[in-house]
Amino acid sequence: MNIIGYITDIFKGVISLLKGMKVTGSYFFRPWTVVTQKYPENRKKLEMYERMKGEIVMPHNAKNEHKCTGCGICELNCPNGSIEIITFQLVSEDGKKKRAIDKHIYRIGMCTFCGLCVKTCPSKALSFAPNFEHAVFSRERLTKILNKEGSVLEKGVEG
Amino acid sequence: MIFNIYDFTSFTQWIDNLLYSNLSPFWALIVEMTLIGLVFLLGYALVGLFLVYLERKVCALMQNRIGPNRVGPFGLFQTIADLIKLLLKELISIKHSDKLLFNIAPFIVIIASFLCIAAIPFAKGLHAMDFNIGVFYVMAVSSMGVVGILIAGWSSNNKYSLIGAMRSGAQIVSYELSVGLSLITMVVLAGSMQFSTIVEAQSDGWFIFKGHISSVIAFVIFMIASTAETNRGPFDLAEAESELTAGFHTEYSGIKFAFFFLAEYMNMFIVAAIAATVFWGGWMPLHIGGLEGFNNAMDFIPPFIWFFGKTFVIIFLMMWFKWTFPRLRIDQLLTLEWKYLLPINLINVLIMAFLVLMGWHF
Repeated sequence: MNIIGYITDIFKGVISLLKGMKVTGSYFFRPWTVVTQKYPENRKKLEMYERMKGEIVMPHNAKNEHKCTGCGICELNCPNGSIEIITFQLVSEDGKKKRAIDKHIYRIGMCTFCGLCVKTCPSKALSFAPNFEHAVFSRERLTKILNKEGSVLEKGVEG
Repeated sequence: MIFNIYDFTSFTQWIDNLLYSNLSPFWALIVEMTLIGLVFLLGYALVGLFLVYLERKVCALMQNRIGPNRVGPFGLFQTIADLIKLLLKELISIKHSDKLLFNIAPFIVIIASFLCIAAIPFAKGLHAMDFNIGVFYVMAVSSMGVVGILIAGWSSNNKYSLIGAMRSGAQIVSYELSVGLSLITMVVLAGSMQFSTIVEAQSDGWFIFKGHISSVIAFVIFMIASTAETNRGPFDLAEAESELTAGFHTEYSGIKFAFFFLAEYMNMFIVAAIAATVFWGGWMPLHIGGLEGFNNAMDFIPPFIWFFGKTFVIIFLMMWFKWTFPRLRIDQLLTLEWKYLLPINLINVLIMAFLVLMGWHF
Protein backbone atom coordinates (compact mmCIF):
# COMPACT_ATOMS: atom_id res chain seq x y z
CA MET A 1 0.00 0.00 0.00
CA ASN A 2 1.55 3.28 -1.02
CA ILE A 3 1.39 6.29 1.24
CA ILE A 4 -0.74 8.44 -1.08
CA GLY A 5 -3.33 5.69 -1.44
CA TYR A 6 -3.34 5.33 2.35
CA ILE A 7 -4.04 9.01 2.93
CA THR A 8 -6.68 9.33 0.19
CA ASP A 9 -8.28 6.22 1.68
CA ILE A 10 -8.65 7.98 5.02
CA PHE A 11 -10.16 11.10 3.49
CA LYS A 12 -12.55 9.13 1.30
CA GLY A 13 -13.63 7.13 4.32
CA VAL A 14 -14.23 10.22 6.42
CA ILE A 15 -16.23 11.89 3.63
CA SER A 16 -18.44 8.84 3.12
CA LEU A 17 -19.06 8.64 6.87
CA LEU A 18 -20.04 12.32 6.94
CA LYS A 19 -22.47 11.69 4.09
CA GLY A 20 -24.20 9.05 6.17
CA MET A 21 -24.33 11.33 9.19
CA LYS A 22 -25.84 14.06 7.02
CA VAL A 23 -28.79 11.82 6.18
CA THR A 24 -29.62 10.83 9.77
CA GLY A 25 -28.83 14.32 11.03
CA SER A 26 -31.19 15.91 8.52
CA TYR A 27 -34.00 13.66 9.74
CA PHE A 28 -33.19 14.42 13.37
CA PHE A 29 -33.34 18.18 12.90
CA ARG A 30 -36.58 17.99 10.90
CA PRO A 31 -39.03 16.32 13.31
CA TRP A 32 -41.93 16.92 10.94
CA THR A 33 -40.59 14.13 8.71
CA VAL A 34 -41.75 11.57 11.29
CA VAL A 35 -44.04 9.07 9.58
CA THR A 36 -45.45 7.32 12.65
CA GLN A 37 -49.23 7.71 13.06
CA LYS A 38 -50.55 8.13 16.60
CA TYR A 39 -53.27 5.62 15.81
CA PRO A 40 -56.00 5.53 18.45
CA GLU A 41 -55.90 9.32 18.86
CA ASN A 42 -56.09 10.19 15.18
CA ARG A 43 -58.57 7.42 14.32
CA LYS A 44 -61.14 9.86 12.90
CA LYS A 45 -58.81 11.49 10.38
CA LEU A 46 -56.57 8.51 9.73
CA GLU A 47 -55.89 8.05 6.03
CA MET A 48 -54.65 4.68 4.90
CA TYR A 49 -52.78 4.09 1.70
CA GLU A 50 -54.67 2.96 -1.39
CA ARG A 51 -52.47 -0.08 -1.93
CA MET A 52 -52.91 -1.41 1.61
CA LYS A 53 -54.12 -5.02 1.68
CA GLY A 54 -56.60 -4.68 4.53
CA GLU A 55 -59.40 -6.97 3.38
CA ILE A 56 -60.93 -8.30 0.18
CA VAL A 57 -64.07 -6.61 -1.09
CA MET A 58 -66.28 -6.93 -4.14
CA PRO A 59 -66.94 -3.43 -5.51
CA HIS A 60 -70.54 -2.71 -6.44
CA ASN A 61 -71.66 0.15 -8.66
CA ALA A 62 -74.53 2.52 -8.00
CA LYS A 63 -77.14 0.16 -9.51
CA ASN A 64 -76.09 -2.58 -7.06
CA GLU A 65 -74.26 -4.52 -9.74
CA HIS A 66 -71.03 -6.46 -9.33
CA LYS A 67 -68.71 -8.12 -11.84
CA CYS A 68 -68.55 -11.63 -10.40
CA THR A 69 -69.66 -14.32 -12.86
CA GLY A 70 -69.29 -17.13 -10.37
CA CYS A 71 -66.59 -18.92 -12.38
CA GLY A 72 -64.88 -20.15 -9.20
CA ILE A 73 -61.29 -19.33 -10.22
CA CYS A 74 -60.72 -17.42 -7.00
CA GLU A 75 -62.01 -20.40 -5.00
CA LEU A 76 -59.60 -22.72 -6.83
CA ASN A 77 -56.66 -20.38 -6.41
CA CYS A 78 -57.09 -19.64 -2.73
CA PRO A 79 -54.34 -21.53 -0.87
CA ASN A 80 -56.21 -21.53 2.45
CA GLY A 81 -59.67 -22.30 1.19
CA SER A 82 -61.03 -19.09 2.59
CA ILE A 83 -63.28 -18.46 -0.41
CA GLU A 84 -66.40 -20.47 -1.17
CA ILE A 85 -68.82 -19.66 -3.99
CA ILE A 86 -72.42 -20.81 -4.07
CA THR A 87 -74.03 -20.47 -7.49
CA PHE A 88 -77.45 -21.15 -8.94
CA GLN A 89 -78.94 -21.46 -12.46
CA LEU A 90 -80.51 -18.33 -13.86
CA VAL A 91 -82.84 -18.58 -16.83
CA SER A 92 -82.86 -15.44 -18.97
CA GLU A 93 -85.77 -14.13 -21.12
CA ASP A 94 -84.64 -15.94 -24.27
CA GLY A 95 -84.53 -19.26 -22.47
CA LYS A 96 -80.76 -19.47 -22.02
CA LYS A 97 -79.45 -20.99 -18.81
CA LYS A 98 -76.83 -18.93 -17.05
CA ARG A 99 -74.79 -19.32 -13.88
CA ALA A 100 -75.02 -16.58 -11.27
CA ILE A 101 -73.68 -16.25 -7.72
CA ASP A 102 -75.88 -16.71 -4.76
CA LYS A 103 -73.20 -16.14 -2.14
CA HIS A 104 -69.53 -15.25 -2.41
CA ILE A 105 -68.32 -16.38 1.03
CA TYR A 106 -65.03 -14.94 2.27
CA ARG A 107 -63.56 -16.15 5.58
CA ILE A 108 -61.19 -13.35 6.67
CA GLY A 109 -59.99 -15.38 9.63
CA MET A 110 -58.26 -17.82 7.28
CA CYS A 111 -57.06 -15.25 4.76
CA THR A 112 -53.36 -14.47 4.47
CA PHE A 113 -53.89 -11.56 2.09
CA CYS A 114 -51.72 -13.19 -0.56
CA GLY A 115 -53.78 -11.53 -3.27
CA LEU A 116 -54.05 -14.54 -5.59
CA CYS A 117 -57.84 -14.21 -5.88
CA VAL A 118 -57.58 -10.54 -6.84
CA LYS A 119 -54.81 -11.28 -9.31
CA THR A 120 -56.47 -14.22 -11.05
CA CYS A 121 -60.06 -12.96 -11.29
CA PRO A 122 -60.81 -12.77 -15.04
CA SER A 123 -63.46 -10.10 -14.67
CA LYS A 124 -61.66 -8.05 -12.00
CA ALA A 125 -64.55 -8.47 -9.60
CA LEU A 126 -62.43 -8.48 -6.40
CA SER A 127 -60.14 -5.85 -4.96
CA PHE A 128 -58.36 -4.93 -1.76
CA ALA A 129 -59.69 -2.32 0.64
CA PRO A 130 -57.59 -0.48 3.23
CA ASN A 131 -59.84 -1.19 6.23
CA PHE A 132 -57.80 -2.94 8.92
CA GLU A 133 -59.98 -2.91 12.04
CA HIS A 134 -61.17 -6.50 11.93
CA ALA A 135 -61.42 -7.32 15.63
CA VAL A 136 -64.75 -9.00 16.47
CA PHE A 137 -66.12 -10.86 19.47
CA SER A 138 -67.17 -14.09 17.76
CA ARG A 139 -65.57 -16.25 15.13
CA GLU A 140 -68.77 -16.40 13.06
CA ARG A 141 -68.51 -12.73 12.27
CA LEU A 142 -65.23 -13.33 10.49
CA THR A 143 -67.15 -15.09 7.72
CA LYS A 144 -68.34 -12.45 5.29
CA ILE A 145 -70.57 -12.53 2.24
CA LEU A 146 -69.04 -10.25 -0.34
CA ASN A 147 -71.94 -9.80 -2.74
CA LYS A 148 -74.60 -7.47 -1.44
CA GLU A 149 -78.23 -8.38 -0.95
CA GLY A 150 -80.12 -8.47 -4.24
CA SER A 151 -77.17 -7.53 -6.38
CA VAL A 152 -76.92 -8.78 -9.97
CA LEU A 153 -74.18 -9.18 -12.54
CA GLU A 154 -73.16 -6.05 -14.39
CA LYS A 155 -74.12 -6.03 -18.08
CA GLY A 156 -71.35 -6.70 -20.53
CA VAL A 157 -68.99 -8.49 -18.16
CA GLU A 158 -69.93 -11.87 -19.52
CA GLY A 159 -69.45 -12.14 -23.29
CA MET B 1 -23.21 33.95 50.89
CA ILE B 2 -22.03 30.40 51.32
CA PHE B 3 -23.92 28.88 48.42
CA ASN B 4 -22.74 30.27 45.11
CA ILE B 5 -23.64 28.65 41.82
CA TYR B 6 -20.52 30.06 40.18
CA ASP B 7 -18.07 28.64 42.69
CA PHE B 8 -18.83 25.67 44.94
CA THR B 9 -15.51 25.83 46.83
CA SER B 10 -16.89 27.81 49.76
CA PHE B 11 -19.97 25.57 49.96
CA THR B 12 -17.99 22.33 50.11
CA GLN B 13 -15.55 23.97 52.56
CA TRP B 14 -18.48 24.94 54.77
CA ILE B 15 -19.80 21.36 54.87
CA ASP B 16 -16.30 20.08 55.54
CA ASN B 17 -15.77 22.51 58.44
CA LEU B 18 -19.21 21.80 59.85
CA LEU B 19 -18.55 18.06 59.92
CA TYR B 20 -15.05 18.31 61.34
CA SER B 21 -16.07 20.73 64.09
CA ASN B 22 -18.93 18.51 65.26
CA LEU B 23 -17.50 15.02 64.83
CA SER B 24 -14.23 13.25 65.40
CA PRO B 25 -12.01 13.28 62.26
CA PHE B 26 -12.65 9.59 61.60
CA TRP B 27 -16.43 9.88 61.68
CA ALA B 28 -16.35 13.17 59.77
CA LEU B 29 -14.46 11.41 56.97
CA ILE B 30 -16.92 8.50 56.99
CA VAL B 31 -19.92 10.84 56.85
CA GLU B 32 -18.32 12.87 54.07
CA MET B 33 -17.62 9.79 51.98
CA THR B 34 -21.14 8.47 52.55
CA LEU B 35 -22.65 11.78 51.52
CA ILE B 36 -20.62 11.93 48.32
CA GLY B 37 -21.42 8.29 47.60
CA LEU B 38 -25.13 8.92 48.02
CA VAL B 39 -25.04 11.96 45.77
CA PHE B 40 -23.20 9.98 43.12
CA LEU B 41 -25.56 7.02 43.42
CA LEU B 42 -28.55 9.28 42.94
CA GLY B 43 -26.92 11.14 40.07
CA TYR B 44 -25.86 7.85 38.52
CA ALA B 45 -29.38 6.46 38.51
CA LEU B 46 -30.96 9.69 37.27
CA VAL B 47 -28.43 10.35 34.51
CA GLY B 48 -28.52 6.69 33.46
CA LEU B 49 -32.30 6.64 33.20
CA PHE B 50 -32.35 9.94 31.35
CA LEU B 51 -29.70 8.75 28.90
CA VAL B 52 -31.70 5.63 28.07
CA TYR B 53 -34.71 7.84 27.35
CA LEU B 54 -32.59 10.25 25.32
CA GLU B 55 -31.06 7.46 23.28
CA ARG B 56 -34.45 6.03 22.40
CA LYS B 57 -35.80 9.43 21.46
CA VAL B 58 -32.76 10.42 19.37
CA CYS B 59 -32.71 7.05 17.63
CA ALA B 60 -36.42 7.29 16.88
CA LEU B 61 -36.15 10.76 15.35
CA MET B 62 -33.23 9.68 13.19
CA GLN B 63 -35.33 6.79 11.90
CA ASN B 64 -38.43 8.95 11.28
CA ARG B 65 -40.25 7.55 14.30
CA ILE B 66 -41.66 9.20 17.43
CA GLY B 67 -40.10 7.01 20.12
CA PRO B 68 -41.49 6.58 23.64
CA ASN B 69 -44.61 8.74 23.97
CA ARG B 70 -47.10 6.87 26.15
CA VAL B 71 -45.85 6.98 29.77
CA GLY B 72 -45.91 10.54 31.05
CA PRO B 73 -45.48 13.69 28.97
CA PHE B 74 -43.40 12.88 25.86
CA GLY B 75 -42.81 9.42 27.34
CA LEU B 76 -40.48 10.85 29.98
CA PHE B 77 -41.35 8.16 32.56
CA GLN B 78 -40.92 5.27 30.15
CA THR B 79 -37.48 4.37 31.49
CA ILE B 80 -38.74 4.49 35.08
CA ALA B 81 -41.46 2.03 34.11
CA ASP B 82 -38.79 -0.13 32.46
CA LEU B 83 -36.68 0.00 35.60
CA ILE B 84 -39.61 -1.12 37.76
CA LYS B 85 -40.20 -3.98 35.35
CA LEU B 86 -36.55 -5.01 35.54
CA LEU B 87 -36.59 -4.85 39.35
CA LEU B 88 -39.58 -7.17 39.50
CA LYS B 89 -38.15 -9.74 37.10
CA GLU B 90 -36.82 -13.09 38.18
CA LEU B 91 -33.08 -13.58 38.54
CA ILE B 92 -32.56 -16.83 36.68
CA SER B 93 -29.61 -18.91 37.88
CA ILE B 94 -27.80 -20.81 35.16
CA LYS B 95 -26.96 -24.51 35.47
CA HIS B 96 -23.24 -25.37 35.47
CA SER B 97 -22.25 -21.73 35.63
CA ASP B 98 -19.65 -20.30 37.96
CA LYS B 99 -22.07 -18.86 40.53
CA LEU B 100 -19.61 -16.58 42.32
CA LEU B 101 -18.11 -15.01 39.20
CA PHE B 102 -21.52 -14.83 37.56
CA ASN B 103 -22.85 -12.76 40.44
CA ILE B 104 -19.74 -10.61 40.84
CA ALA B 105 -19.37 -9.59 37.17
CA PRO B 106 -22.10 -6.90 36.98
CA PHE B 107 -20.73 -5.27 40.12
CA ILE B 108 -17.20 -5.08 38.71
CA VAL B 109 -18.53 -3.39 35.59
CA ILE B 110 -20.56 -0.89 37.57
CA ILE B 111 -17.81 -0.23 40.13
CA ALA B 112 -15.38 0.57 37.31
CA SER B 113 -17.65 3.27 35.99
CA PHE B 114 -18.33 4.54 39.52
CA LEU B 115 -14.62 4.95 40.20
CA CYS B 116 -14.33 7.10 37.07
CA ILE B 117 -16.94 9.61 38.18
CA ALA B 118 -14.87 10.50 41.24
CA ALA B 119 -12.25 12.23 39.10
CA ILE B 120 -14.58 14.31 36.95
CA PRO B 121 -14.86 18.03 37.76
CA PHE B 122 -18.54 18.96 37.44
CA ALA B 123 -18.15 22.64 38.27
CA LYS B 124 -15.73 24.91 40.04
CA GLY B 125 -15.09 23.22 43.39
CA LEU B 126 -17.53 20.41 42.63
CA HIS B 127 -15.00 17.64 42.39
CA ALA B 128 -14.92 14.51 44.53
CA MET B 129 -11.20 13.83 44.19
CA ASP B 130 -8.67 16.09 42.48
CA PHE B 131 -5.86 13.65 41.71
CA ASN B 132 -2.62 15.09 40.41
CA ILE B 133 -2.68 12.25 37.86
CA GLY B 134 -6.40 12.50 37.09
CA VAL B 135 -6.16 11.62 33.38
CA PHE B 136 -4.00 8.59 34.13
CA TYR B 137 -6.36 7.50 36.92
CA VAL B 138 -9.41 7.66 34.66
CA MET B 139 -7.69 5.64 31.95
CA ALA B 140 -6.56 3.01 34.43
CA VAL B 141 -9.91 2.67 36.15
CA SER B 142 -12.07 2.71 33.02
CA SER B 143 -10.19 -0.26 31.60
CA MET B 144 -11.23 -2.28 34.66
CA GLY B 145 -14.70 -2.66 33.19
CA VAL B 146 -13.41 -5.16 30.65
CA VAL B 147 -12.49 -7.53 33.48
CA GLY B 148 -16.15 -7.58 34.47
CA ILE B 149 -17.21 -8.24 30.90
CA LEU B 150 -14.70 -11.08 30.51
CA ILE B 151 -15.83 -12.63 33.80
CA ALA B 152 -19.47 -12.31 32.75
CA GLY B 153 -18.75 -14.04 29.45
CA TRP B 154 -16.67 -16.80 31.01
CA SER B 155 -18.95 -17.63 33.94
CA SER B 156 -22.16 -17.78 31.89
CA ASN B 157 -21.33 -21.21 30.43
CA ASN B 158 -22.61 -20.03 27.07
CA LYS B 159 -20.80 -19.85 23.77
CA TYR B 160 -22.42 -16.59 22.74
CA SER B 161 -21.35 -14.96 25.98
CA LEU B 162 -17.81 -16.24 25.72
CA ILE B 163 -17.35 -15.10 22.12
CA GLY B 164 -18.84 -11.71 22.96
CA ALA B 165 -16.57 -11.30 25.95
CA MET B 166 -13.45 -12.31 24.03
CA ARG B 167 -14.28 -9.86 21.24
CA SER B 168 -14.80 -7.17 23.82
CA GLY B 169 -11.43 -7.99 25.36
CA ALA B 170 -9.61 -7.74 22.02
CA GLN B 171 -11.45 -4.54 21.24
CA ILE B 172 -10.80 -2.75 24.51
CA VAL B 173 -7.15 -3.75 24.71
CA SER B 174 -6.66 -2.34 21.19
CA TYR B 175 -8.62 0.87 21.57
CA GLU B 176 -7.21 1.65 25.01
CA LEU B 177 -4.04 2.61 23.17
CA SER B 178 -5.76 5.20 21.04
CA VAL B 179 -7.68 6.67 23.96
CA GLY B 180 -4.48 6.93 25.95
CA LEU B 181 -2.44 8.45 23.14
CA SER B 182 -5.06 11.03 22.21
CA LEU B 183 -5.32 12.05 25.87
CA ILE B 184 -1.52 12.20 26.08
CA THR B 185 -1.56 14.58 23.12
CA MET B 186 -3.70 16.92 25.17
CA VAL B 187 -1.60 16.36 28.30
CA VAL B 188 1.41 17.53 26.27
CA LEU B 189 -0.49 20.73 25.50
CA ALA B 190 -1.74 21.21 29.05
CA GLY B 191 1.52 20.23 30.72
CA SER B 192 -0.40 18.54 33.53
CA MET B 193 -2.49 15.46 34.26
CA GLN B 194 -4.54 17.13 36.96
CA PHE B 195 -8.08 17.83 35.81
CA SER B 196 -8.38 21.10 37.74
CA THR B 197 -5.17 22.40 36.14
CA ILE B 198 -6.31 21.27 32.70
CA VAL B 199 -9.59 23.15 33.10
CA GLU B 200 -7.88 26.27 34.47
CA ALA B 201 -5.44 26.24 31.54
CA GLN B 202 -8.42 26.58 29.18
CA SER B 203 -9.62 29.85 30.71
CA ASP B 204 -8.35 31.80 27.67
CA GLY B 205 -9.57 29.37 25.02
CA TRP B 206 -10.50 25.71 24.91
CA PHE B 207 -7.80 23.22 23.98
CA ILE B 208 -9.59 22.25 20.79
CA PHE B 209 -9.00 25.82 19.58
CA LYS B 210 -5.62 26.28 21.25
CA GLY B 211 -3.99 23.22 19.69
CA HIS B 212 -5.86 23.68 16.36
CA ILE B 213 -4.96 20.87 13.86
CA SER B 214 -3.45 18.50 16.37
CA SER B 215 -6.28 18.95 18.87
CA VAL B 216 -8.99 18.37 16.29
CA ILE B 217 -7.32 15.15 15.12
CA ALA B 218 -6.89 14.04 18.73
CA PHE B 219 -10.55 14.84 19.44
CA VAL B 220 -11.80 12.83 16.47
CA ILE B 221 -9.59 9.88 17.42
CA PHE B 222 -10.69 10.13 21.04
CA MET B 223 -14.34 10.06 19.99
CA ILE B 224 -13.84 6.98 17.78
CA ALA B 225 -11.69 5.10 20.27
CA SER B 226 -13.82 5.90 23.29
CA THR B 227 -16.98 4.85 21.48
CA ALA B 228 -15.23 1.54 20.85
CA GLU B 229 -14.10 1.36 24.46
CA THR B 230 -17.63 1.75 25.80
CA ASN B 231 -18.78 -1.09 23.52
CA ARG B 232 -21.27 1.10 21.73
CA GLY B 233 -22.32 0.94 18.11
CA PRO B 234 -20.84 0.88 15.48
CA PHE B 235 -18.32 -1.02 17.63
CA ASP B 236 -20.81 -3.08 19.64
CA LEU B 237 -19.36 -6.42 18.53
CA ALA B 238 -19.41 -7.63 22.12
CA GLU B 239 -23.18 -7.81 22.03
CA ALA B 240 -23.87 -7.94 18.27
CA GLU B 241 -27.55 -8.87 18.54
CA SER B 242 -27.88 -10.45 15.13
CA GLU B 243 -25.09 -12.97 15.63
CA LEU B 244 -24.56 -13.35 19.39
CA THR B 245 -28.10 -12.66 20.72
CA ALA B 246 -26.80 -10.30 23.40
CA GLY B 247 -23.12 -11.21 23.75
CA PHE B 248 -21.72 -11.23 27.25
CA HIS B 249 -25.04 -10.46 28.98
CA THR B 250 -27.10 -13.12 27.17
CA GLU B 251 -27.66 -15.10 30.39
CA TYR B 252 -28.32 -12.17 32.69
CA SER B 253 -31.81 -11.16 33.67
CA GLY B 254 -33.56 -8.68 35.91
CA ILE B 255 -31.50 -6.21 37.87
CA LYS B 256 -28.16 -7.82 36.96
CA PHE B 257 -28.92 -7.13 33.32
CA ALA B 258 -29.96 -3.61 34.31
CA PHE B 259 -26.54 -3.11 35.90
CA PHE B 260 -24.80 -3.89 32.61
CA PHE B 261 -27.24 -1.67 30.79
CA LEU B 262 -26.79 1.21 33.22
CA ALA B 263 -23.01 0.82 33.21
CA GLU B 264 -22.97 1.07 29.41
CA TYR B 265 -24.85 4.35 29.49
CA MET B 266 -22.83 5.74 32.37
CA ASN B 267 -19.61 4.85 30.58
CA MET B 268 -20.89 6.88 27.68
CA PHE B 269 -21.56 9.79 30.03
CA ILE B 270 -18.10 9.48 31.59
CA VAL B 271 -16.35 9.33 28.25
CA ALA B 272 -18.31 12.36 27.06
CA ALA B 273 -17.50 14.20 30.29
CA ILE B 274 -13.79 13.51 29.88
CA ALA B 275 -13.90 14.63 26.25
CA ALA B 276 -15.70 17.78 27.34
CA THR B 277 -13.16 18.43 30.10
CA VAL B 278 -10.00 17.75 28.13
CA PHE B 279 -10.98 19.17 24.74
CA TRP B 280 -13.83 21.60 25.32
CA GLY B 281 -12.81 23.13 28.62
CA GLY B 282 -15.05 21.26 31.08
CA TRP B 283 -16.99 23.74 33.18
CA MET B 284 -14.98 26.64 31.77
CA PRO B 285 -17.21 29.05 29.82
CA LEU B 286 -16.35 29.91 26.23
CA HIS B 287 -13.55 32.45 26.55
CA ILE B 288 -11.71 34.18 23.74
CA GLY B 289 -8.42 35.73 24.84
CA GLY B 290 -8.59 39.53 24.73
CA LEU B 291 -12.37 40.02 24.46
CA GLU B 292 -13.24 41.17 28.01
CA GLY B 293 -16.91 41.99 27.43
CA PHE B 294 -17.63 38.71 25.66
CA ASN B 295 -15.83 36.72 28.37
CA ASN B 296 -17.80 38.42 31.14
CA ALA B 297 -21.07 37.73 29.34
CA MET B 298 -20.14 34.07 29.02
CA ASP B 299 -19.17 33.91 32.71
CA PHE B 300 -22.76 34.79 33.54
CA ILE B 301 -23.88 31.25 32.61
CA PRO B 302 -23.14 28.95 35.59
CA PRO B 303 -20.26 26.48 35.11
CA PHE B 304 -22.29 23.33 35.72
CA ILE B 305 -24.61 24.32 32.87
CA TRP B 306 -21.56 24.65 30.65
CA PHE B 307 -20.29 21.25 31.78
CA PHE B 308 -23.56 19.38 31.25
CA GLY B 309 -24.26 21.24 28.02
CA LYS B 310 -20.95 20.21 26.51
CA THR B 311 -21.27 16.67 27.81
CA PHE B 312 -24.70 16.23 26.29
CA VAL B 313 -23.58 17.66 22.96
CA ILE B 314 -20.84 15.01 22.86
CA ILE B 315 -23.30 12.31 23.96
CA PHE B 316 -25.56 13.37 21.10
CA LEU B 317 -22.59 13.03 18.75
CA MET B 318 -21.99 9.48 19.98
CA MET B 319 -25.65 8.60 19.51
CA TRP B 320 -25.47 10.08 16.04
CA PHE B 321 -22.61 7.68 15.22
CA LYS B 322 -24.43 4.74 16.66
CA TRP B 323 -27.63 5.23 14.71
CA THR B 324 -25.91 6.03 11.41
CA PHE B 325 -23.11 3.56 10.88
CA PRO B 326 -23.37 -0.20 10.40
CA ARG B 327 -21.53 -2.53 12.78
CA LEU B 328 -17.93 -3.37 11.89
CA ARG B 329 -16.56 -6.86 11.46
CA ILE B 330 -13.93 -7.94 13.99
CA ASP B 331 -11.08 -7.80 11.44
CA GLN B 332 -12.23 -4.39 10.19
CA LEU B 333 -12.32 -3.22 13.77
CA LEU B 334 -8.75 -4.28 14.46
CA THR B 335 -7.56 -2.93 11.08
CA LEU B 336 -9.07 0.45 11.89
CA GLU B 337 -7.21 0.59 15.18
CA TRP B 338 -3.80 -0.84 14.34
CA LYS B 339 -3.39 0.36 10.74
CA TYR B 340 -5.13 3.73 10.89
CA LEU B 341 -5.80 5.23 14.30
CA LEU B 342 -2.55 4.21 15.97
CA PRO B 343 -0.12 5.52 13.29
CA ILE B 344 -2.11 8.74 12.94
CA ASN B 345 -2.12 9.11 16.70
CA LEU B 346 1.63 8.59 17.06
CA ILE B 347 2.33 11.20 14.38
CA ASN B 348 -0.20 13.49 16.03
CA VAL B 349 1.62 13.31 19.38
CA LEU B 350 4.81 14.32 17.58
CA ILE B 351 3.06 17.22 15.84
CA MET B 352 1.62 18.39 19.14
CA ALA B 353 5.00 18.20 20.86
CA PHE B 354 6.49 20.20 18.00
CA LEU B 355 3.70 22.80 18.21
CA VAL B 356 4.23 23.19 21.95
CA LEU B 357 8.03 23.40 21.56
CA MET B 358 7.80 26.08 18.89
CA GLY B 359 5.02 27.89 20.72
CA TRP B 360 2.71 27.71 17.70
CA HIS B 361 -0.37 27.06 19.78
CA PHE B 362 -2.56 29.94 20.89
